Amino acid sequence: MNFDFSEDQKFLAGEARKFLEAESAIPVVRDVLNDDDKAYSEGLWKKIGEMGWLGTSIPEEQGGLGLGMLEMCVLAEEMGRVLAPVPFSSTAYFLTEAVKLAGSDEQKNDILPRIVAGDVIGCYAASEGPGHPDAASLKTTFDGSTVSGTKIPVTDGGIATHALVLAKEGSGASLVLVDLSGAGVTRKTLSTLDPTRGHAELTFDKTPGVRLGKAGDGAALNDQLMDRAAVLLAFEQLGGASRCLEMAKDYALQRYAFGRPIAGNQAIKHKLAEMYVKNEVARSNCFYGAWALLTDAPEMPEAAAAARVAASEAFWFASKENIQTHGGMGFTWEVDCHLYYRRAKLLAVQAGGPKVWKEKLVRALEQKNAA
Amino acid sequence: MDFNDTPEEAAFRAEARAFLEKHLELKSGARPRPGSGATALQRAKDWQKTKAENKFAQITWPKEWGGRGGTSMQAVIWGQEESKFDAPTGPFAIGLGMCIPTVIAFGSDEHKSRYVEKALMGEEIWCQLFSEPSAGSDVAGLKTRAVKDGDDWVINGQKVWTSGAHYSDYGILLVRTDPKVPKHKGLTMFIVNMKQAGVEVRPIHQASGGREFNEVYFTDVRIPDKDRLGDVGAGWKVALVTLMNERLAVGGSPGPDWGEIMDYARDHGSLSDQAFREKLADWYVAAQGYKLTKFRTQTALSRGQTPGPENSIGKIITANHLQDICNSAIEMQDHYGIINEQDRMPGDAIFQQSFMWAPGLRIAGGTDEILKNIIAERVLGLPQDVRVDKDLPFDQMKSG
Repeated sequence: MNFDFSEDQKFLAGEARKFLEAESAIPVVRDVLNDDDKAYSEGLWKKIGEMGWLGTSIPEEQGGLGLGMLEMCVLAEEMGRVLAPVPFSSTAYFLTEAVKLAGSDEQKNDILPRIVAGDVIGCYAASEGPGHPDAASLKTTFDGSTVSGTKIPVTDGGIATHALVLAKEGSGASLVLVDLSGAGVTRKTLSTLDPTRGHAELTFDKTPGVRLGKAGDGAALNDQLMDRAAVLLAFEQLGGASRCLEMAKDYALQRYAFGRPIAGNQAIKHKLAEMYVKNEVARSNCFYGAWALLTDAPEMPEAAAAARVAASEAFWFASKENIQTHGGMGFTWEVDCHLYYRRAKLLAVQAGGPKVWKEKLVRALEQKNAA
Repeated sequence: MDFNDTPEEAAFRAEARAFLEKHLELKSGARPRPGSGATALQRAKDWQKTKAENKFAQITWPKEWGGRGGTSMQAVIWGQEESKFDAPTGPFAIGLGMCIPTVIAFGSDEHKSRYVEKALMGEEIWCQLFSEPSAGSDVAGLKTRAVKDGDDWVINGQKVWTSGAHYSDYGILLVRTDPKVPKHKGLTMFIVNMKQAGVEVRPIHQASGGREFNEVYFTDVRIPDKDRLGDVGAGWKVALVTLMNERLAVGGSPGPDWGEIMDYARDHGSLSDQAFREKLADWYVAAQGYKLTKFRTQTALSRGQTPGPENSIGKIITANHLQDICNSAIEMQDHYGIINEQDRMPGDAIFQQSFMWAPGLRIAGGTDEILKNIIAERVLGLPQDVRVDKDLPFDQMKSG
């Protein structure tokens, strides 16, 4: 039994934590929060590029570090802990993984080295309004060479250089790689619940694009991409949830009421114990997702969905009860609780919310059962 | 990251498996009913003897006590393999898991040579006599009295929830020897012969309808002072050693899980219900969370490390999980779900049976509330609850 990260991976986690706590402290997050014109921290993004993290899972032939997906999981958790206000997930989970999964050699050699160099920012443009998009509901179209339609909301859509657009092609769906410097692209910045991450509405009018993979494979490819990103997003959520428990614990220990620390009250102790239980359930499910990611296991659909469901629940619970534990202070702008509450909601609904992932999970179990 | 045995672990697993196959049948599809406890005692004793003679009883015990001198990981592997077979282990779990380790830690040489081997060989069964009607979570508040009379102690009082008392030969008994000092300081531990005059065992009629546990009444029972474990007044320290072994001794709980309720829903047309599907996903996540957390613990054991505190989440998850699944299965059956007849109901009425067992599971071996306190205090480092009786002599404490 070896169901844990290796010593090297734990070392990487420790180094990443040191770096992020120094470079992505809360003032960096608040700088983006408080400035409507900022969609990310350019300074932090540049430093993350210099650390080589954008090439973590990119092969050495394309300039990457050639490490594996477990290293990505480790970094994702650390990014989640500090609410890093950078387009890491859009670029390193979605764009990188999509190109690795289905890009031609030419596309790989073009895009991946530029991701490593920090010259490319990705975004995943799937949603088109309320509800989760699927092949039947998609209104954005791809005619084989151009994309037309509107995507809303797109995380990091305002700052991205490249978009992965989920579009209807014929009777199926395709994932189309679009260079956003091309013709016919309109971006409108959106105000969201989590202003520490930029969001935009993207409109395409006959914008040139290139399909990833073969025509008709888009829906399956998109499922595969979502599964892979789900595990990494779940690790970000796990990092955020762990941090919320620490914040709640630290505050409860130093806040006195009725002559003693509020941490001595069972109502607080049991609340924090429940956070701990949910976080450990999430951690174990995330580990399983990491294992599936590493081994390309046939269990990937249920492993990814379970990680995502568990981590969404853990972060939601920890972020709301962290505010509650802080009492009135927790409801002020100056105390950081609301930053986690905001991020917890973004991560819960981005690239499929809990309802979507629960349905994916049950379908995976049904298919397994039928087989 | 993988789920594989190391070569040494695989070799031990194969050895264990071969031994089990030689002596036992693999479990059939039918699940043992939770809490039925209807194993034939003699069969259990025979199996214990066979294991002990082949060094498969008490894997981690040192060889000098008849154990294997094996690793914690080997004990886990043995448990995994044995649980796949129709092995009658119930009557020995508490004695060998909790009582005898206490005897080894605190007993005299005479105690050890008299009791350890006979227990290991399945010849004598032990029970643990701590809980009382007014001392459950706060077990140190127990009232059963021991009064010194010459070289003996005279015991009067009542214990409760004693598993296996009716077939036990000996027990470890925690009693109050001094009511004039604060509660933790006036306790003493003894070995008690359960077959002697003045010990009366009465089965408890449980809320579930079963009778697996007992009340034990002590009326002028005499225990020689030489059968004391630890010093007079040091009983709480001894009890902590016993209880430390409890979580290792109390195993998993058989009961229906997400797979069973999914099968039922498919057969009865509820699997397309959206609300049900969302709950099913939650149950899968919880069950996986429990199972995979154990894998994390085993990983630490396999690497020769001390497991982290994550395993403390186990019973909080499983007990509530079982109750929730059974409740949903019954509601899915609508009015018909109230029927508790095995031959009419799917899975031999497993959902109904477990529905009535689940409340007990949330209490036994630490209530949900106590387990949350333990996580809060020992894992998260939060302060202990206020204890108003901490420094008060026991005989001045309020009780009710």
